[in-house]
Amino acid sequence: MSGTTLFGLGAAALVGLGLYGLICQPGALRKILAFNLMGSGIFLLFGVIAKRGGGALFAAGTGSDGDPVPQALVITGLVVAFAATAIAVALLVRLAETGGGTTLETDAQDAPAVPTDANLRGEREP
Amino acid sequence: MTQAQALVAAGIRDLTDLGGVVLVFPLMLPITGLLLGLVLGGRYLGRFVLLLTLLGLGAALAIAAVVLVGGDALQYLLGGWSPPLGVGLRADGLSAVMLVTSALVMLAVALYAQRAFPITGDGSETRSSLVFWLLLLGVWGGLNTVFLGQDLFTLFVALELLTFSAVPLVALGGKPETLAAALRYLLFALLGSALYLLGAVLIYGTYGTLDIALLAERIAGADRWPPSLVAAIALMTVGLLAKTALFPLHLWLPPAHAGAPPAASAVLSALVVKASFFLVLRIWLDMMPGLLATAGVQILGAMGAGAILVGNLVALRQVRLKLLIAYSTLAQIGYLFLLFPLAAGAEALALTGGTLQVVSHACAKAAMFMAAGLIAAALGHDRIGELGGIARALPITVLAFGLAGLALLGLQPSGGYLVKTLLTSAADASGQWWWGLVMQAGGLLTAAYLFRVLGYALFGPRADEGRPPNLAIKRPGRVQELVALLLALCALLLGLLPPVAFDLTGVGRAGVDAGAAVSVAMAGAFDWGKLWGDLWPVLIVGLLVLCAVPWPGGRPAADADSVRVSSSVTGRAAAVVGLVFERVDAALRQWPVAGLSLLLLGLGLAGSLVGGA
Repeated sequence: MSGTTLFGLGAAALVGLGLYGLICQPGALRKILAFNLMGSGIFLLFGVIAKRGGGALFAAGTGSDGDPVPQALVITGLVVAFAATAIAVALLVRLAETGGGTTLETDAQDAPAVPTDANLRGEREP
Repeated sequence: MTQAQALVAAGIRDLTDLGGVVLVFPLMLPITGLLLGLVLGGRYLGRFVLLLTLLGLGAALAIAAVVLVGGDALQYLLGGWSPPLGVGLRADGLSAVMLVTSALVMLAVALYAQRAFPITGDGSETRSSLVFWLLLLGVWGGLNTVFLGQDLFTLFVALELLTFSAVPLVALGGKPETLAAALRYLLFALLGSALYLLGAVLIYGTYGTLDIALLAERIAGADRWPPSLVAAIALMTVGLLAKTALFPLHLWLPPAHAGAPPAASAVLSALVVKASFFLVLRIWLDMMPGLLATAGVQILGAMGAGAILVGNLVALRQVRLKLLIAYSTLAQIGYLFLLFPLAAGAEALALTGGTLQVVSHACAKAAMFMAAGLIAAALGHDRIGELGGIARALPITVLAFGLAGLALLGLQPSGGYLVKTLLTSAADASGQWWWGLVMQAGGLLTAAYLFRVLGYALFGPRADEGRPPNLAIKRPGRVQELVALLLALCALLLGLLPPVAFDLTGVGRAGVDAGAAVSVAMAGAFDWGKLWGDLWPVLIVGLLVLCAVPWPGGRPAADADSVRVSSSVTGRAAAVVGLVFERVDAALRQWPVAGLSLLLLGLGLAGSLVGGA
């Protein structure tokens, strides 16, 4: 098994783990970490493709050793993911400070999905 | 007169000679504005943004004129480097339509928000107003980049810029529930963009470029689609759908759009969700036209139909006005995705209808959110059951809301009418009548919730019965009311534009004669029989709904919800149906369920594409 294949499989595993975490973990912080895990997988895939060369189907056997474009893309991608994490954590901190809890499973905006007497009378707003 | 025309023509020719340089302005204006605003501080930021949006509208109109007169797409290569080494900006007719629409809505929002987010005065800028104006410019810059970008990675960055500007707009209120809504929005959008980026990497790995035009050539040249391409398309499409909040991936939309300040809701609902839809369109129509021949289009269409039915039915049961409008957005997004199955058989009709839906919904929905914001500000709440008397206090606002609603439900000569007519004839032309049926049902449901709101606003029992009138009602600014009214009129009178204006949609795309399609659709629009045929179902629905609204002096507003407490058999049946849909919607909006539907959808799309070419 060549190095690129191994790294490619690693990238797939990271993406899968991240996806699982994003969907199944109830805590918002865990979701943010899972997003970063998934992002790392994608960036690793960029690295694999940089090593192998883009467009392998078309340019196979040209003997190129590394493709600089994915590396440039990865840097931008990292910055974007970093900014995303910063915004998410800032929101989460503020949410915890204002007493809104740290999970996203229930939706404060329309919590009583089943009509109660209160929201039958239109008293959803406190 | 002829001299003036000659002057205009000469001016457009001069612009054409400039080449694609005009394409730089829609990017430069918001981004330099954003940076300057940060440096200058907030004192006159509101006025400054207003000026920028005016200039931006001018630039967008200039681009549209050049594209329309030149009859071909404009291109600008950054630094003179052509793809695959460099990245280019390109505006075809579709981009031009989107640029003009977003500049128009931005200008309206900037006018509307002057009073909501003031900075001048004693110079004490509030933090939320500074942030609002900067974020508004960020959203605008992101939108324009999405509409002009030609490179899948540039588009990724543009989408992220858009999300990072839109999410804090939601959280501007700072209440725990809006913060939670913003966080849900952000995390689900991040899931979407991660999937999109994964797809883009796979495409780069397969084809060695990310330029849409080059990719289109290379993909068309291959005799079958490699598995990596199929996976990439499924991932990118699903990721973009999550950002568009297409049913059943809509968990974040209702609380986010309903919780944001009204000026922000208008931008979010009118424009932001359209950006990711626009990218789906780019991928399915421009990058891989072969996708239209696969079963994938039926999946997209089915989700659109689900959005129309569920969104409208749940909107009908909302207690709060802003949530009702948010669910209506959910339903209206559905119409956009009917474009895909219909484009497979009748591309010109479907594409023209879909583009018009973007424009018409943008204007109408922005007007609705603005009107709802004024109503909520005046009353201090937005509970539909307690709107009684608001029509007398804020006649222009309620008129704006009503006209925008008429445009959405599709009466002549509104944009909604054109959308419905064009898409229905596309459905007939391609032998898929069932989509037409969904649209008819959607129109009637829209009429139902519109009349429910108007019924309470016009005839509903007053909450302040017995007290002197208008005591609790704060008057909104005249400009704000007029802006909402003008936007509603834009949507309502869209069909009266000369057909040549609609030709813009088809520029840069072979075989799409949008002007002709629109003239055919408008030709019989005002025949007495046609008018009556469109009107009577709406009137019957309206009457039924109005009958359920309690009259002044009747039952108090407390137990006035029309559907739930109806005692008749049909009323009970309607209540049960509504309740079922509400439960389904609530279940689908759970995180794990939404995540699972996302995965299943991706698998379904991938499965439907396997073996195609």
